[in-house]
Amino acid sequence: MQTLDGIAVAEPPSEGAVDGLAAVERRARELIRPEGVISDHMRLRTYECDGLAHYRVRPALVVIPDDAEQLAAVVRACAEHQVPFVARGSGTGLSGGALPHADGVLIVTSRMKTIRELRPQDQRAVVDPGVINLDLTRAATPHGYYYAPDPSSQQVCSIGGNVAENSGGAHCLKYGFTTNHVLAAEFVTPQGDVLQIGSAAPDAPGYDLLGAVVGSEGTLGIVTSTTVRLVRLPEEVRTILVGFESTDQAGAATSAIISAGIVPAAIEMMDALAIEAAEAAVQCNYPAGAGAVLVIELDGAGVEVGQEYDEVERLCRENGSFEQRLATDPVERALIWKGRKSAFAAVGRISPDYIVQDGVIPRTALPEVLKAIAEVSERSGVRVANVFHAGDGNLHPLVLFDDSVEGAGEAAEKVSGAILDLCIGHGGSITGEHGVGIDKAAYMPRMYNDDDLDTMQLVRCAFDPDTISNPGKVFPTPRLCGEVPGRHKGAHPLQEAGVAEVF
Amino acid sequence: MTSPEASTELSEGGSAGTAPAPDTWAAAIRSACSDVREAEDSDLVDGVAPSLVARPASTEQVSEVLRAAAAHGLSVVPRGRGTKMSWGMPPTSVDLVVDVSAMDRVLEHAAGDLIVSTQAGARLRDVQQTLAAGGQQLAVDETVDGGTIGGALATNATGPRRLFAGSWRDLLIGITVVRADGVVAKAGGRVVKNVAGYDIGKLMIGSLGTLAVVTEAIFRLHPLPETQQWVTVPVDDPQDALRLVQSVVHSQAVPTGIEVDWPVTGPGSVSVLLAGKADGVAGRARTVGELLGATSSAAGDRPAGWGSYPWGDGRTGLKLTFVLTGLGDVLAAARETGADLRGSGGTGVVYASVADPDRVPAAVERLRAVCARHRGSTVVVDGPPTVKRSVDVWGPVPALDLMRRVKDRFDPEHRLSPGRFVGGI
Repeated sequence: MQTLDGIAVAEPPSEGAVDGLAAVERRARELIRPEGVISDHMRLRTYECDGLAHYRVRPALVVIPDDAEQLAAVVRACAEHQVPFVARGSGTGLSGGALPHADGVLIVTSRMKTIRELRPQDQRAVVDPGVINLDLTRAATPHGYYYAPDPSSQQVCSIGGNVAENSGGAHCLKYGFTTNHVLAAEFVTPQGDVLQIGSAAPDAPGYDLLGAVVGSEGTLGIVTSTTVRLVRLPEEVRTILVGFESTDQAGAATSAIISAGIVPAAIEMMDALAIEAAEAAVQCNYPAGAGAVLVIELDGAGVEVGQEYDEVERLCRENGSFEQRLATDPVERALIWKGRKSAFAAVGRISPDYIVQDGVIPRTALPEVLKAIAEVSERSGVRVANVFHAGDGNLHPLVLFDDSVEGAGEAAEKVSGAILDLCIGHGGSITGEHGVGIDKAAYMPRMYNDDDLDTMQLVRCAFDPDTISNPGKVFPTPRLCGEVPGRHKGAHPLQEAGVAEVF
Repeated sequence: MTSPEASTELSEGGSAGTAPAPDTWAAAIRSACSDVREAEDSDLVDGVAPSLVARPASTEQVSEVLRAAAAHGLSVVPRGRGTKMSWGMPPTSVDLVVDVSAMDRVLEHAAGDLIVSTQAGARLRDVQQTLAAGGQQLAVDETVDGGTIGGALATNATGPRRLFAGSWRDLLIGITVVRADGVVAKAGGRVVKNVAGYDIGKLMIGSLGTLAVVTEAIFRLHPLPETQQWVTVPVDDPQDALRLVQSVVHSQAVPTGIEVDWPVTGPGSVSVLLAGKADGVAGRARTVGELLGATSSAAGDRPAGWGSYPWGDGRTGLKLTFVLTGLGDVLAAARETGADLRGSGGTGVVYASVADPDRVPAAVERLRAVCARHRGSTVVVDGPPTVKRSVDVWGPVPALDLMRRVKDRFDPEHRLSPGRFVGGI
């Protein structure tokens, strides 16, 4: 079992588990080139964490298949021997969703990175799971198209990981998330069966299984090919950097823009501390002395973007902006975005350690919640830098601490948790785009009651009755799936031992 | 109370036909809900007669009713305003209709947050009216007059504006359902951006009431456009229609809808809806007018038939899907098979209808082959039960086994809308 306090500890695996793993490894070595099967202890360490580095578990085995066939065969072997497996794309996730299982196999899709089809005439592309998000947009751009979901890590994160996490990005205010841009997938079930779910055309008949799979954080199976929607590049894009004296003003301007019936492609906010960090890191030259900046991007048909710009300019001014800069060409736009996109990493310049939080509130609650965060910060003495997608209320408070100071890490964790409670208290969510993973599984019961979680578990049991696909993630309590249609056959040993609840 | 063993028997039989006589369970339903009555002819579910109709007034009452139904092994079909009861296959059995039309309130329109929370029995048009007062809209079309939110979700009924905002799956952000066992569950929430837990809402969309009864839903909203304009051009050659649609699809004019109307008797047309600010719409309408050619014309009113399905009484309605470049072949095949067609050429989701029941099987076979070649499907959406029984309504459904496993978990006794959905689910 893994503990949730940051340092995961592996219990010694049982004899049966060792045999099962050995069998899976044998099978993997029959199928996959030698470099693609890793069991050497030192080399396994490379894979012991994803983008959330304070959770570490060394996997028992790493396989890096070349294609879907190899991947499915490894999953089949796992199913046969009841060996847990975890899928991993580029390993950039921020919730520990790809944290390995100590007795399990880590299946890495990084070698499956071919763009299979690019069909701008149909507004579709078919890609392997290891294809890097930005590479798809780069391939589509010469045809006048792009792939809309753009997580900040888009230069390195993979489409497979995006599908698992239902990744968003700065532009999802207008364009939606991964789930709104995926139409079909080749999908390996936890039994190792290869299925087509969805279709390149919309509205495939039957249940929307793909809708359940996208964002399920690898707990329902592994996607080995994805058919995505490509979006037409807009005629005009304008990016505006606006300086305000306070986050209250910036928040009021955001509300005014939305109330005016404008849906910008993005509205991002950074507070003074986040700006300070970005300046230190990338010298983005944001308005001096700003208590908050907004990065607003308008896109669409030329005439309307022009009109909307005039209105946004006015609304920002009316709400107290003291400086506005407009960028219309890609180079200038990139300069404005540089500060925002570097914000997480930049915080490293002003604090040795930090926690990236990801919570959501109804946008109108922004001023209230920011005030409450400031109070929590003041009370605890823990500094919090705020970076967020203001348009859709997705907060990324960066909780700063110095791990070399005793108790600082704990204090930061406390503040981070208090921020999530604020989000839940305002009818929001514990995660807008980073996922639940291992990091927030314990918070799920604060957002959903037992019946809600049980109902989600019905889906899990339909897909993965043996719970071998990324076990221990998303849901707080290990659960077992009863037999369909629910006849009880005496208690499961784990239930008797009090380790798991039978569902 | 039905024992688990007996429930297993029921599920294997695929029907609750062995349920006890109505008088022994009617009392249980009546005690769960104050508004319960004997079913009448107008309560037939696609020709199948229920015994009782319960009209609960709250999620809690729906839960009570479904608990009582579970205890007595009753088959249950949920209903909103009953405008699409002939969609899908007739149920193999129905003891009880759960009518959610009394749950017709818009619970909250949070304009600043661009969301609405509504009960499932609220009429779509009433919801739109409430939202319009705040300058906003739920960006879907009322394709069947007078229907409810719950019914639209269950049938995934969509129209022209899916080009702009997607379909129900792209707008639903939170849901409350009551399961077959009466348990109330929520998923998602009232914020647009939320990746906590499984997206149960998407599973419900288009499921024809076979997984759970939806009682409340929360949607993301869009601002109401200041102005709308339609640019329409007559077309009579399928490949010309494809070429015109492609020219608009790949333009940067940001159309809200691109519809093709293609009656068997001809001539057909392509209509493009532009919505937004007045100056912008005028400019974009000119751009689209140039793309569609000299015979196109612009109007401030919707063209005849816009946003409605091309079928009425007695006709058999089909839903055809395809990737965008398949449009020409689909239009040609529709005319050859005697199918009137209308729908979203800009997304590859169109609807067709066949008047002569005898021509339905051949039309379905032909259209299905053409749509499959273009990576889509042909489904018989609506029609007389006799016709639906004469054809394969759904066509090939990949991953059907996995869908059955989902059904088995949500409704192990197969009591919710049994038989209405794919593969006899």
